[in-house]
Amino acid sequence: MLLSLPALHLQTSEHHPLFQLPHGRLGPWCSPTGSPAPLSCETGCGEGTWILVCRLLVPTQVSLLSMEEDIDTRKINNSFLRDHSYATEEHFRLASFSLPSSLLHWSKPPPSRTWTVVMTYQQDYLSPCLYPLSALSDIISTVEFNHTGELLATGDKGGRVVIFQREQESKNQVHRRGEYNVYSTFQSHEPEFDYLKSLEIEEKINKIRWLPQQNAAYFLLSTNDKTVKLWKVSERDKRPEGYNLKDEEGRLRDPATITTLRVPVLRPMDLMVEATPRRVFANAHTYHINSISVNSDYETYMSADDLRINLWNFEITNQSFNIVDIKPANMEELTEVITAAEFHPHHCNTFVYSSSKGTIRLCDMRASALCDRHTKFFEEPEDPSNRSFFSEIISSISDVKFSHSGRYIMTRDYLTVKVWDLNMENRPIETYQVHDYLRSKLCSLYENDCIFDKFECVWNGSDSVIMTGSYNNFFRMFDRNTKRDVTLEASRENSKPRAILKPRKVCVGGKRRKDEISVDSLDFSKKILHTAWHPSENIIAVAATNNLYIFQDKVN
Amino acid sequence: MPHLGLLHPEPLPLRQPTADPSNTVLSQSLRGLWVLVHTSRRGGRLHGDPLWVLRGPALRPRPSGSPSLGGGAGGAGGADAGGQGTMFARGLKRKCSEEEAPADPLQRQSLLDMSLVKLQLCHMLAEPNLCRSVLIANTVRQIQEEMTQDGSWCLPGPQTAGRLPRDRLVSTEILCRSARAGPPQAPDPADLASALQAVPAIQVPGAVPAGPWGRAGPGESRGGFPRSLDQVFETLESHSPGTVEELFSDVDGPYYDLDAVLTGMVGGAKSGPEGLETFASAAAPPPGTGCKADLGELDHVVEILVET
Repeated sequence: MLLSLPALHLQTSEHHPLFQLPHGRLGPWCSPTGSPAPLSCETGCGEGTWILVCRLLVPTQVSLLSMEEDIDTRKINNSFLRDHSYATEEHFRLASFSLPSSLLHWSKPPPSRTWTVVMTYQQDYLSPCLYPLSALSDIISTVEFNHTGELLATGDKGGRVVIFQREQESKNQVHRRGEYNVYSTFQSHEPEFDYLKSLEIEEKINKIRWLPQQNAAYFLLSTNDKTVKLWKVSERDKRPEGYNLKDEEGRLRDPATITTLRVPVLRPMDLMVEATPRRVFANAHTYHINSISVNSDYETYMSADDLRINLWNFEITNQSFNIVDIKPANMEELTEVITAAEFHPHHCNTFVYSSSKGTIRLCDMRASALCDRHTKFFEEPEDPSNRSFFSEIISSISDVKFSHSGRYIMTRDYLTVKVWDLNMENRPIETYQVHDYLRSKLCSLYENDCIFDKFECVWNGSDSVIMTGSYNNFFRMFDRNTKRDVTLEASRENSKPRAILKPRKVCVGGKRRKDEISVDSLDFSKKILHTAWHPSENIIAVAATNNLYIFQDKVN
Repeated sequence: MPHLGLLHPEPLPLRQPTADPSNTVLSQSLRGLWVLVHTSRRGGRLHGDPLWVLRGPALRPRPSGSPSLGGGAGGAGGADAGGQGTMFARGLKRKCSEEEAPADPLQRQSLLDMSLVKLQLCHMLAEPNLCRSVLIANTVRQIQEEMTQDGSWCLPGPQTAGRLPRDRLVSTEILCRSARAGPPQAPDPADLASALQAVPAIQVPGAVPAGPWGRAGPGESRGGFPRSLDQVFETLESHSPGTVEELFSDVDGPYYDLDAVLTGMVGGAKSGPEGLETFASAAAPPPGTGCKADLGELDHVVEILVET
């Protein structure tokens, strides 16, 4: 199924110095009119206004339309993109970036003329790169900044990981700071088949966690339902030339023809980013892995599934320690599952895990090898006036995150975000209503299964603002200090590059003011489950189905 | 965990406008369900008895009047939703949640139907989401508890109270009763019970692929193959194909294809005797862990079962 978008004119105007060769950067698209339309805005976030820095979406098929001709639909192939001779078009240049092979192909070289690009989206296209896709396999399933914020990794339902790198600052282009470009893409997990159970194991990436950088290479953990992998992402910009036993193409030379010896020399080459799987941690989970968390000792990490949590050492792939096991002796007694788990950011012996009953348990690994008995138990007593058949479902915690300071934990359940002080177990210190207008719609949300959606939540670098997603591509930020909050929308209509986001509001009552949206017009298929916040700056990444949006605080 | 979905031979209509639940397919299943729920009601290793939460505020110590929002942050979130966020602790919400929460029996019934359908669908999927299944099953249990408390069930005469040892299969009752009772409606409870017994056997070989938790469901009848189910899980977890066959060699009884079982259920009386046979031959000695439910509850449940 092909959907066509309105034509986008690519112009190398001063507003949009988009395409540069050959380093693999593709900047934001122009709007059809050629100029971004600023929107006025104020947010209550206390941090200033938010603007869209770049919208990174994933194209399936790019068609080139000549201004003077009818639409000529071609597909761009891999080699075209790598072959710079094609990319020296005056008006239309594409940077080369790594693409999975065989997905795009050029039928014939483009004639040189002015081009208008018509973006078309193909249903079964798999692409790691930049534009919207209707393919289910490109639904982004996890987003994570690394520890410096230089890299942003996304995982999708098709098992691919795409890593974006922040554009380096340059004095004359200060406004472009904060843009992220594709750095590397690779297929992390493939679909597998469990022959014993006759079940297919999904390749969807459930979580990505970065390891702190210790050398020139980057390391990240990515996991699907059953297997965790440690990937090394490294750059290569030199290659040895002048082998004695091999010729330039790598073929072995006939020893008889070798008459001289030479020392191979390292010569610069085009920057290549390669990802290699360094460890595969498999066969340790019977149930679906929902969380991974790197320990502060940087030597171990844990993986949590519905009923068990395992502790791994990075160097050892064939063994893991089981540190939590809540599987009852009889599965018929099962009433609670583990929904998320995380290590304390500073204390390598402490971790928390949340449950489907709205409880959080903090465990200390020093207490015993199997941490079945918690050290602390966080649970808020139920409000009897709000009790309904859905009380338990909406109390199920979908995400738990330690603050950067390690003093607080934040939990997300269906309607609220709660901040807990580690020293107070009987109730949270703060509760924020994310979309309380849904409380009266729980029955319908149960019917369409939306009530089971698992939203994530994130802290900002200073632990002063928390953010989480909602429906209709809305996401919310709560400032813990000023108690102000804002609802923003991540959508294509509002996301011209450098556009300022306007705060949104949902109206519940009868009277709907202009610009408000009523609860009944919310689109529940557009949900923002995954967001990430830069560790030190006000840059956020928001995943809306298969689109990734990056927003930056304008004040900075 | 009650394997609720498989109790239905066909997808349930979501809304059943019937005042008397005893004549419907659903209620037949629900009676079977009551058995399952009842026997699994044993506050496991996890925090709290799942039904505990539903009994009311008395069991959950909470200082009266203290808002459930902590600190001054309770007001946050007032930017939208018309300030309802701040009303959380003050009871003004009651109206909204009650509007939506199915207070009347018809809505409750339809919610129950919906939940059972969801669980049924769960097991049709390649690998059900364990969290979702657990949450739906807990919801069903809630509804059932409430329906019991409300007395929405017609109570039969206490003919079988205490007749059989408590730790025998309660579903034995169904079978024994059904032998005497005429079969005015389908499915025959005997078939239901036999389906309950037979289903775990069928499930595991992957006829209907389901997650490990799902497989636990049918065994709920507790008499069925509780031992087998534990073995099943151990087997599955140890990933050793050989033991699966071994496992089922212990269990006498026809290994129906799931479809056959379900059609058998609908078919009615014909498979009745077979079902009984299945049950009788397959009845494993009850597991060591007996029900901790009090006698009153057991009788109540048995009465419900026997009602038809």
